[in-house]
Amino acid sequence: MSATAATSAKPAAGSVTARAPLPRLRRNPWGHPWFLEGFTWLYLIWSIVPIALAVLFSFNNGKSQSAWQGFSMRWYYADPVNSVLHDEQLRLAVIQTLRLSAYTTLIAVPLGVAFALGINRWRSYTSASFNFVMILSFVIPELIFGVAMFFMFTSLFTSVGLGTLAETLALVTWNVSWPAIIVQARLVTIGRQYEEASADLGSTQLQTMRRVMLPLLTPAIFASAVLVFSSVIDDFVIVDLLNSNAANTPMSVYIYSQQHGGNGGPALNALGTIMLVMSFVIATVGYFGYRFMTRGERSDRQEALSTIAGI
Amino acid sequence: MTARSKLARRRNAQREHNRIFWAALAAPGIIWLALLFIVPFYVVLAIAAGQLNQLYGTPIAVYNPLDWSATNLNAVWHITFGSGAFVGPIFLRTLWYTAVASIISLLIGYPAAYFVARFAGRRKAIFLVLLIAPFWISYMMRMLAWIDLLQTDGYVNKVLTTLHLVSHPVDWLGGQSYTVILGLVYGYIPYLILVLYAGLDRIDGSLLEAGRDLGLGRVRTFLRVTLPLSRQAILTGLLITVLPMLGDYFTNQLLSGTAGTAMIGNVIDGDLSTQAFFGQGAVLSLLLLLLLVIPMIYYVVATNRSSREAV
Repeated sequence: MSATAATSAKPAAGSVTARAPLPRLRRNPWGHPWFLEGFTWLYLIWSIVPIALAVLFSFNNGKSQSAWQGFSMRWYYADPVNSVLHDEQLRLAVIQTLRLSAYTTLIAVPLGVAFALGINRWRSYTSASFNFVMILSFVIPELIFGVAMFFMFTSLFTSVGLGTLAETLALVTWNVSWPAIIVQARLVTIGRQYEEASADLGSTQLQTMRRVMLPLLTPAIFASAVLVFSSVIDDFVIVDLLNSNAANTPMSVYIYSQQHGGNGGPALNALGTIMLVMSFVIATVGYFGYRFMTRGERSDRQEALSTIAGI
Repeated sequence: MTARSKLARRRNAQREHNRIFWAALAAPGIIWLALLFIVPFYVVLAIAAGQLNQLYGTPIAVYNPLDWSATNLNAVWHITFGSGAFVGPIFLRTLWYTAVASIISLLIGYPAAYFVARFAGRRKAIFLVLLIAPFWISYMMRMLAWIDLLQTDGYVNKVLTTLHLVSHPVDWLGGQSYTVILGLVYGYIPYLILVLYAGLDRIDGSLLEAGRDLGLGRVRTFLRVTLPLSRQAILTGLLITVLPMLGDYFTNQLLSGTAGTAMIGNVIDGDLSTQAFFGQGAVLSLLLLLLLVIPMIYYVVATNRSSREAV
């Protein structure tokens, strides 16, 4: 800009100043930004290659997590003692993770969807403040929330105690904001005209809900179920604070406590790989399911991808 | 006149009926959040302001505010600022790690998100999948990946010694601050990138074209148009990484495990393992919450505003 300003300010100046901006033009400032692209690729390599190597080491035919000793499936099922299939602890961890994910999704999704519908339509002081509380539960650091849950179940609701029930109750509270936020966003984009049309045609509130609103909300409900399920698989802090014995210790906590206790080994990588595969299966199902459900709409791949990632 | 008032009355009755319907839908979620989100924080307060049973060393929760005592608060004050202060330095270290890790995350994340949002063109979906992938991989698995790489005989040391950059293998996992910061960056950057991407992708392309038409080059368009428009995304993205980092206690345990890299989360987590320290843990987590209340409310208000603007 300064170069242009300089030339226009002195139009009668010699040809040297008039030519000054030319080298910039030749460079085409709107060409492809190769530097940025290279940087992005470096970031992607940095973010993905370590994980790929960790997956690779789950197939290591040896105890090392750093020196490759050949391919084997021993850490998954071949080893009669230390494989995920035969080690009781590892197997329990897999089951507990799946159990918590299922329980949490089954409770949090209906609860959050009903909450979103009610809060969004019932305009009052109570609804506004609890919407605020709900979003607060979304941003509060997990450790602070986990500590509150820990004290809740160890000193007030002592009959609940620590264990699967406490884990489920806490995980539902922690994850209920997914359906609540996603469904509210969807309600905003749908607008009220379908509902009003249905009411004009004489259907009751419940009929409108069942025949009109729920079908329109299905993609959002589905996406939030996918997000809740996968975020419970990956959850660590809450379950770390609320587990009480080996039977209610999920995979993430097991990996942490073993690695931290100096018992690391490829079996942990195998467990991590199983978690990764679970998440990816769910993400894939979520993506294609969402695409299928929104097939009549003007939605594209990116929209489906961002919804499934919760952005 | 009477007909109209009758109609009005019927409409009012209908509206009242609707209100009850929506309130009933929201009720389970509201009760859930009240019982399992608001009450637990009161329990934390009751334990923080409660007493210690001298005989058994167990905490006594005091629910009546009139009987609250400052015993635990004084104890925390003593270990933070008093003569035997060990929490003070830990707290400063937590702030330092969090600040450095978030700034590095932003410096890496922004260019990558910017490239994908603006220049990826037809390959956008592929880039988006690669950006989202780490979001779907469990935190523990991602930490395992770096534990594998950073072992004394791991690949990082192998590469460095082969290239003669270091003469002896570096003890990366032996309590190094930079390893912990790397872990924090690696752990939380996917969330930051997704928020940045969403914010940058939302910027109207015609604004950038306007900048170009007015004679701005790429750098100036970025500085004058894109950067100011993405300020909101930067702030919320930083919050979404800073909040969990401040409550992190597992990254440093896995990647260093020494007292020299302890963060405030480790103190709170440690307090929960001994009943006599429950009170101090409660005080510390409330203080952390107090510190974070303003940024959290900012986040809630900002996301509310942007979702209203999206309508």
